[in-house]
Amino acid sequence: MKPAARTLPAPIARGSLFSGYQPPPGVYDELKDAAGHVRPHWKIFVETMAPLGFDALRERQEAAQQLLRDHGVTYNVYADGGSDERPWKLDMLPLLIGAEEWRRLEAGLIQRTRLLDRVLADIYGPQQLVRDGLLPPAFLHANVGFIRPCHGVRPPSDQFLNLHAVDLTRAPNGEWWVLGDRTQAPSGLGYAMENRFILSRVMAEEFRASSVRRIASFFLARHGGLRAMAPWTDTPQIVLLTPGPRTETYFEHAYLARYFGHALVEGSDLTVRDRRVFIKTIEGLRPVDVIIRRVDDTYCDPLELRSNSFLGVPGLVEAARARNISISNALGSGAVEAPALLAFLPALARALLGEELHIPNVATWWFGQERERAQALAQLPRMVVKRAFTLGRGDPEFGEMLDEADIDALAARIRAHPHDFVAQERVALSTAPVWTGGKIEPRPLILRCFVGVTQDGYTVFPGGLTRVSATPVSPIVTSTHGGSSKDTWIISDAPVEELMLRDIRGFVAEQQHRTPSLPSRIVDNFFWLGRYAERLEDNTRLIRTVLARMAGEGGTLEVRELTAMVHAMVKMTKLHPSFAGAPRFSDLAAAMRELIFDKGIPDSMRGLLDSMAYLAASLRDRFSGDTWRILHQLQSDFPAPPLHFTPGGIIVSLHRLIFQLAALSGMELENMTRGHAWRFLEIGRRIERATNVMEVIRAMIASEPDGGPALAPLLEYCDSTMTYRRRYLGRPELPAVLDLLVADALNPRAVAFQISALGNYLRELPGADESLPERRAFAEIEATLHAADLSALGAESAAGRTGDLDTLLRGLAEGCRAISDALTSHYFSLVFPTAN
Amino acid sequence: MLYSISHRTTYAYDATVSLSMHRLHLRPRELPRQELVEFSLEIDPAPTAEVPEMDYYGNPAGFLAIEGAHRGLTVIARGKIRLKAPAWPDANATPQWETVRECCAVDVLTQDSQAGEFLFDSPHVVRSQAFTEYAAPSFPQGAPILASVLDLTSRIYRNFKFDRRATNIATPIAEVLKNRRGVCQDFAHLAICCLRSLGLPARYVSGYIETIPPPGGVRLVGADASHAWFSFWCPGSGWIDADPTNNVLVADRHITVAWGRDFSDVSPVQGVVVGGGSHSLRVGIDVAPIEETTPLPG
Repeated sequence: MKPAARTLPAPIARGSLFSGYQPPPGVYDELKDAAGHVRPHWKIFVETMAPLGFDALRERQEAAQQLLRDHGVTYNVYADGGSDERPWKLDMLPLLIGAEEWRRLEAGLIQRTRLLDRVLADIYGPQQLVRDGLLPPAFLHANVGFIRPCHGVRPPSDQFLNLHAVDLTRAPNGEWWVLGDRTQAPSGLGYAMENRFILSRVMAEEFRASSVRRIASFFLARHGGLRAMAPWTDTPQIVLLTPGPRTETYFEHAYLARYFGHALVEGSDLTVRDRRVFIKTIEGLRPVDVIIRRVDDTYCDPLELRSNSFLGVPGLVEAARARNISISNALGSGAVEAPALLAFLPALARALLGEELHIPNVATWWFGQERERAQALAQLPRMVVKRAFTLGRGDPEFGEMLDEADIDALAARIRAHPHDFVAQERVALSTAPVWTGGKIEPRPLILRCFVGVTQDGYTVFPGGLTRVSATPVSPIVTSTHGGSSKDTWIISDAPVEELMLRDIRGFVAEQQHRTPSLPSRIVDNFFWLGRYAERLEDNTRLIRTVLARMAGEGGTLEVRELTAMVHAMVKMTKLHPSFAGAPRFSDLAAAMRELIFDKGIPDSMRGLLDSMAYLAASLRDRFSGDTWRILHQLQSDFPAPPLHFTPGGIIVSLHRLIFQLAALSGMELENMTRGHAWRFLEIGRRIERATNVMEVIRAMIASEPDGGPALAPLLEYCDSTMTYRRRYLGRPELPAVLDLLVADALNPRAVAFQISALGNYLRELPGADESLPERRAFAEIEATLHAADLSALGAESAAGRTGDLDTLLRGLAEGCRAISDALTSHYFSLVFPTAN
Repeated sequence: MLYSISHRTTYAYDATVSLSMHRLHLRPRELPRQELVEFSLEIDPAPTAEVPEMDYYGNPAGFLAIEGAHRGLTVIARGKIRLKAPAWPDANATPQWETVRECCAVDVLTQDSQAGEFLFDSPHVVRSQAFTEYAAPSFPQGAPILASVLDLTSRIYRNFKFDRRATNIATPIAEVLKNRRGVCQDFAHLAICCLRSLGLPARYVSGYIETIPPPGGVRLVGADASHAWFSFWCPGSGWIDADPTNNVLVADRHITVAWGRDFSDVSPVQGVVVGGGSHSLRVGIDVAPIEETTPLPG
């Protein structure tokens, strides 16, 4: 493990790990007080780490990075029109919070959740707060998070918030302050869990010594809270609704769904019938009781909310109105995560709870109010200006960083649309030690805490997602801005509960009486993954037969074989008809380059890889770690288009791709449970391989009725060269080739093999009987193939009469397509809703 | 004046639809100046669910679901409505428009600030400097609001050409302003954009208008289209309805169906279908005055 041969800073003497650590002046530092002494709740941690040197820390960092990579922890970042999947960053040093202080925070956080829930119940109900002057009417009128169609919709459990996240920081005087709330579909819990898994492993000794509160109990309590959301059943079907694999935090959606045994669904997996929500499965519709949504509320229902949304479920608002579905958090909950609300919360706490806010807000002025507007405008240079209602749109603007002209321009923008902005006091974030890879330095932090509903109240996640900024001074701390994260350790002053996070998986599964059925979309995606993987392999093999002959010396035989394959590819419309003449070498190389690298070409290798990556991502929670690694490598190992394309240079990459695809199908064969998902994956492969082989043969005899020089590359394409030589001991002849590649049910590359496998899978599908269209189509091709004499047809074709052979192959290919269509309409019926 | 209305909406789908859901805004509101004497809905095929509801703005609305294969949908709303002409205030007696803006911006709930519901952006109404500038000549300093709105309405009537081919519902109103063409819906949205850009509450009204047959001619059945106009807030008088397409204040020939922030809140028939491929839509509306026969005494 020890990194060798690298320039490292000189090792530092034992016990001095934190001695060089110097917090900046004027801010609160989590580790050291103003006098430079380590704070009491950090003592054990610091002492346990003391014997370590920077080298040991570096080794642990590498181990943690490896775990993060293995677990596939990523965060999707969108910039400049493209997206990129970035590895999650985790700092080696946790944030520690003392027991007494945490108790105060817990009380304050729960108070805040109760308060926001009361505000939601009011604004979506009687709106007494506006009547009483506690909220100005414009707070609702200008609030884009206030979803009017949701007014009057009461959640079945009468709770709007099931999970609430609060961002905190600590002022220089040591008091915690609330920076903001997340009330729609808070993210971060899955990352916090993963941080704990990893850090408790690589820092096992420090973790044990420090009496860290375990987080497992939170998840058990939360499970109870989710069940309580559906008072009509003891065994609710709970689904996690995700916008899909292109979302920023998709890793977390898949992670949480897999962890708690919830079905991970997209909008198109759900349907509303009779004002109830159902999940479309291959066994039919199954009722859904609770939706944990990670889709923003306005995207949740194209019927009543954003009509152009493809992420939602038409009729969901109506189902909620009928109180037939519980949604976490209730649709419309986003209304109270508006920064503008912070200006009113202290008064609302007094009025609704008769209490002061235990944890104060950052002082906030909403420009929508006349008096506050005048005050805040006068003090813009020391304020931070943010959007009043739309979270995450545009970065905050820091008055102190603007010159006079910028301040005037900002003031003009505010005056034009005052309701859209708030001003907040600039907060000096507290700092904590961060391992930067070379040393330990102070970095500003924000702590995200989570409050969850339980069966009989609220519970706070004992920990949190701590985010630290990338630079010592950056006032913006987000994962998008390149910061890192920390595990958060709550130090217990009582013996810690023994329940470990790993234990609850079994516990939860035991409670889950209803196993979620397989959503149709999942099966559909497996089917297409199988088809694309096979299509990619077949295309790679085909292109390789051409490149291999372009790369060599070019003997007469090779040239004739090359010409025959080029002609076949013209017939398959993979190459332009002009290649049927005498193409120039450079033109042919350019065409091959396009077939490999150009996404714009139908079924190019790059395009197929991208399609596979998309499907694989949407199935992420269903692959083993090893399978996922192969899928990942397929992407990462595929070369970028080379500046100088040479057939010989690229062929090595094609060999490797074929190995990796073989590894993938090996994983399918050896590691996947024989469920319907696997069956559809295999059906996709069989249909694809059968049709592709037949297409190549048909294209070949169309230009050379006896196969001619194309027969050798054809055998190569089907990886059957050696078998042919062994069995027929001679140069390739069409009748024997057809016998081997079409009729031989024992050759895994032959058409007959695919058809026989297809039959086995079709018979095992749910609800299958022989009268179904897919079974009838299958029976037809099975009989046709059985009755055909391939040797005779081959001899006939070699004699120039290609008609019967072509008709047979075309009929079989059409049969395969009919099976594919019938399966689609029977099991997937993945027809997307459209606006009327 | 008593009117009979019939509003027929027909969807034909290219392929079979397995599930469709619609939100309806077809039942006319009841208002002091508008009495709903009769109303019925005819729906084909028969819906699996038909739920009468009231939307956030107090409009009668409905939810409609049809499960099972179908190739089309027909909804016919029929009703009889009695209208009284409203009494609008004297234009010069209405408050100055700047006063209206201030009254509606207060932090506490009043009738005026409640009208602030219709002061901000909505899907079809995005406030901008361009609308402020277009409206400016109609809103000189200290002008009474009704006088200003009447001027704005007549300018829209004169400056813009009614052209069914120029726009569709997705055309941004900023483009309508640039091209000076559109239909009643665009002109209503345009007036609303102007008023809201000035800080004045304005809402969208969807309904029907009686079209007058040419002299001696027969009223054309089905020729009448769904109509739209706008309403603005006038402290002391309430909401006043103006129709820029016809350059009139609403009298007893406009039948109100529903109001909202813009068209998207009150679309008569709006839905989502599963399957169906592409579809075609036909709408036919008849609004006919009914001769009121005075019953003989005794």
